Amino acid sequence: MSSTNKAVGILAEFENPSELLKAAAKIRDAGYKKFDCHTPFPVHGLDAAMGIKHSKLGWIVLCGGITGFLVAITMQWWMSAVDYRVVVSGKPLFSFQAFVPITFELTILFSAFATVFGMLALNVLPQFHHPIFYSDSIARATDDAFFLSISAGDPRFRADETRTLLESIGGCNVEYLIPPASAADNEQEDQHS
Amino acid sequence: MKWDKSTYRIQDTGIYGKLLLAVGIAGLAASAVGFNADSKQFYHSYLTAYVFWTSVGLGALFFTMVHHLVDATWSVVVRRLSECLMVTLPVMFIFLLPIVGHGIHDLYHWSHADAVAHDVLLQHKAPWLNTGMFIGRSVIYFVCWTVIGAVLYKTSLRQDQKHEEGLLGRMRMVSGPGMVIFALTLTFSAFDWMMSLDPHWYSTIFGVYFFAGSLLSALAFMTLWIVFLQSNQILTDEITVEHFHDLGKLIFAFTVFWTYIAFSQYFLIWYGNIPEETVWYLHRWEGNWKTISLLLVFAHFVIPFAVLLSRVPKRSVRMMTIMSIWMLAVHWIDLYWLISPNLHKHHFHFSWMDAATFVGIGGIFIFCFLKRFAAQPIIPVNDPKLRESIHFVNI
Repeated sequence: MSSTNKAVGILAEFENPSELLKAAAKIRDAGYKKFDCHTPFPVHGLDAAMGIKHSKLGWIVLCGGITGFLVAITMQWWMSAVDYRVVVSGKPLFSFQAFVPITFELTILFSAFATVFGMLALNVLPQFHHPIFYSDSIARATDDAFFLSISAGDPRFRADETRTLLESIGGCNVEYLIPPASAADNEQEDQHS
Repeated sequence: MKWDKSTYRIQDTGIYGKLLLAVGIAGLAASAVGFNADSKQFYHSYLTAYVFWTSVGLGALFFTMVHHLVDATWSVVVRRLSECLMVTLPVMFIFLLPIVGHGIHDLYHWSHADAVAHDVLLQHKAPWLNTGMFIGRSVIYFVCWTVIGAVLYKTSLRQDQKHEEGLLGRMRMVSGPGMVIFALTLTFSAFDWMMSLDPHWYSTIFGVYFFAGSLLSALAFMTLWIVFLQSNQILTDEITVEHFHDLGKLIFAFTVFWTYIAFSQYFLIWYGNIPEETVWYLHRWEGNWKTISLLLVFAHFVIPFAVLLSRVPKRSVRMMTIMSIWMLAVHWIDLYWLISPNLHKHHFHFSWMDAATFVGIGGIFIFCFLKRFAAQPIIPVNDPKLRESIHFVNI
């Protein structure tokens, strides 16, 4: 009993992608939010089954693009029309035509940065460790097994009830994700001595 | 309009065929009246309408070839539509006859022997810009487009008959060289029909500019045709919101592409600041032409860019309908902006002949397209990727 209290999550294996899809939909309908699926390949329809909404990344990219646009215009206006005024081939100091290529490129660059770093932020990456790795069998998620994991941080998580639910919807090899306590204890003992 | 869901064939085109034919003939009759009143205005209106409807067919030819070249899946359900548009293109050759047969002197300054006699530059260009070569080239363009279109269409119909190995491969084999020929013929047709209106001026990117508008108009036309079909309960299960989404993405992309090319042309000429080049833009910046130039910047780029940027409007059939009509309208204005300053220098004013020729040629063009569309299954029924295309889902 004491070990299940330390569980930071629970992991269940499912027969095949279609079993996993059905299970994900049931977990979603049961009101769980902090759960994830682990499969060797992309499974179509899993987003809908898990109730994942469309990504907000687009809005981050839009903000990045607008920032890039404004930075480019301001920078070139400052350089060409304020700080270092040089007349080039008789054109006005602030010639927006000449600024378009830089503005275009910086809009793209900032959008690209916003895409990459926004994606990393939304996925909480980089992470050096994840509780899922407390399980040994999770390695098979890159080979031939289909897993569903639920975090103990989910308000609906109850160690025993959640286990029963997972088993009732076809989950096998259900296991708790428990930090290796003994290793931590040993470390503490080492420090004391 | 009725269809047979089991064979995917249009059974009855209803009133639409007669209606289109009537509209077309009425438009052409009105244009004929205009021709007697003012042949210069008539030919400029006529050329705008002629290039507009040709560009729809050319865009469809490109769409079909690029579909085969990239081995696309999502567009299988709309392929027959672009194929039918592409094989309607030869009809436009008939509409070219008045221009090459008679209108050439009203339109093209270089076709006047006395003008060439006093103009060193035109004498220099005469081996290319002369009436015989102009007609000969126009014939070559249509031969190329007709042959490529016919081979692709015939192979596609053979695929409908029975399962046969290698038909998709053959269509791809045709599309590869076809794309090169298409790029060259489209570029030179744009040079001939529109750029040579101002024979002193030249821009090497002009063909690409015309291509961008052509594909946009073809995509917009196809989207509208799907909306029309679905309002008659045709292809409602086969063409889904996912296909509208992809058409929307392409319309968005080529709105940006058009702008990229339009600005590239303007930018170099603005930077170089050489009078014989800048004069072309000067004509389009004088008087109320400035309004049209600015209108193009906003209506052909800023507004469609802002509207189609997000995912939601591309997945709304209503928004896609509005934007398709919008893009067809601005494509016409774009062509008007290319052609009409040749006639109305310093000041434009729309003529009723602009509308009459547009409706006249358009009515006949869409009538021929409708007849073709009703002549075979309206989707490629035996394409190996048809099922996948119908169930296609955007990520």
